[in-house]
Amino acid sequence: MSDLRELYQQTIIDHNRKPRNFHPLTDADHHAKGHNPLCGDRLELYLKMDGDRIQDASFTGAGCAISTASASMMTEAIKGRTIQEAKSLFTKFHTLLTTPMHEPIDVDGLDKLEVFSGVREFPVRIKCATLAWHTLDAALKDDRSEAKTE
Amino acid sequence: MPTLPPKTTRAPSPPWTSLDVRADFPILYCGERPVVYLDNAATSQKPDAVIAVTTRYYKSMNANIHRGVYRLSVEATDAYESARTRTAAFIGARNPREVVFTRGCTEAINLVAMTWGLQNLKPGSRIVLTQMEHHSNIVPWQMVAARTGAKIEVTPVTADGELDIAAFERLVGQGAALVAVTHISNVLGTINPIAELTQIAHRHGALMLVDGAQSVAHMPVDVAALDCDFFTFSGHKMCGPTGIGALWARGELLDAMPPYQGGGDMISTVSFEGSTWNVVPHKFEAGTPDIAGAIGLGAAIDYLTRLNMSRVAEVEANLLSYAEKVLRTIPGLRIVGQARHKASVISFLLDGAHPHDIGTILDQEHIAIRTGHHCCQPLMDFYHIPATARASLAFYNTPEDIDALATGLRRVIEVFR
Repeated sequence: MSDLRELYQQTIIDHNRKPRNFHPLTDADHHAKGHNPLCGDRLELYLKMDGDRIQDASFTGAGCAISTASASMMTEAIKGRTIQEAKSLFTKFHTLLTTPMHEPIDVDGLDKLEVFSGVREFPVRIKCATLAWHTLDAALKDDRSEAKTE
Repeated sequence: MPTLPPKTTRAPSPPWTSLDVRADFPILYCGERPVVYLDNAATSQKPDAVIAVTTRYYKSMNANIHRGVYRLSVEATDAYESARTRTAAFIGARNPREVVFTRGCTEAINLVAMTWGLQNLKPGSRIVLTQMEHHSNIVPWQMVAARTGAKIEVTPVTADGELDIAAFERLVGQGAALVAVTHISNVLGTINPIAELTQIAHRHGALMLVDGAQSVAHMPVDVAALDCDFFTFSGHKMCGPTGIGALWARGELLDAMPPYQGGGDMISTVSFEGSTWNVVPHKFEAGTPDIAGAIGLGAAIDYLTRLNMSRVAEVEANLLSYAEKVLRTIPGLRIVGQARHKASVISFLLDGAHPHDIGTILDQEHIAIRTGHHCCQPLMDFYHIPATARASLAFYNTPEDIDALATGLRRVIEVFR
């Protein structure tokens, strides 16, 4: 049960139940679809840019608690950031998820996203946590093909 | 209008006499605590009898088959062909030569698509499938349709998960060449009325292929009674090893079909001017086959025959009935698939918890279920759901396994409260 509480931290449960920025963005100028073929999770990400800066971000779709909470918290985290800052946040987030347990992790700059550290114990769930971020990557590239975790 | 027989009422409460066979399956006891294994529709566990026979083959009988004059090769050949004979008997085939060993059910369907299909389908030919097919009984037909110009028609299912027989008859009546239907749905548990469907197919001049991946290990199967033309299945879902399966087809169809792959053993003569083919079934078994796998499948069939498949079906029907009764007490749980005739496969959704999260949480309790689309994306689309959680039972499961599942699901609800 302790591992489960590590994975399903209250913040994640909360964002799953009440996802933030969970709607299409009518004036979006960047948009991408993400799909995890393994479990069927699908999401759509919308971005409104102001030059190099992400002015607004939102998403729609259906997925597990980890992928929904991750998408919700990502949209909160990237608003107001430059493309470069968002990409470096993804790198940090990815490192957080793939650092072996019992090895120190650098949580500097991750803020709330640190709650996903419990995913490290569940390697098959890492893709759930990164789906939104891969989709962000595709949206920023204006890649019209679907972002996939596989 | 054809109708299904009425649903039999069965509402036993444990303890009922279950098959006392758990000790036959070493994996259920390895590790620090017993595994509650409820993913039998994906693959079954293997009894000691199968593991021992496979090991014995490699330790004391290993040789290539059909070509050696020495004792080991003769023994291996006899064991391999004896497995074929027992496989044929197990499914009610008239003649062992009608059983072709394949890598599994998927390869068996591909074999029919790429031999019979390429030979017989033409532009405009119709292949009738159903909405509840596994990807392995959809994609090979799409591939052969793309090469021949044949057209695929899909029989709809009802909200309860039964085939719409009237729609099926309409589709078949429009001039189908082949009908390919699963015997039991790996998602809904629906047992399709194959004998009735075959009658309809034959009445309209179509051949009938039955995907038996989910049925051979869970009910008595008699291809003569089903009257179908092709029947395909995998060994690993019926207590046998992975990497072995079989195609059964009417002898005259196999005789007329071109070879599937070329190589050793499938030929009669070879010269650079041209080659001639071996007789059926060897024509379809190019190269060294999975000898150990076939022998292991034979051992699995012996094991299931000793248990008696009617008894297996009865025990699993009791387990299913108990499981559905217990699961209905879980708040917010909805079972997907309520056919009148159901095998022990239970797909379900739980309010507020995604199947993937359910799977992870149950795993913490050493309970193995399957979550996702179960290789049935068109069926998921039909029900407008991205995924389900699925518990699929086998004769070695117990009421205690089901109670553990219920406790685990209450834990899921607690986590997401």
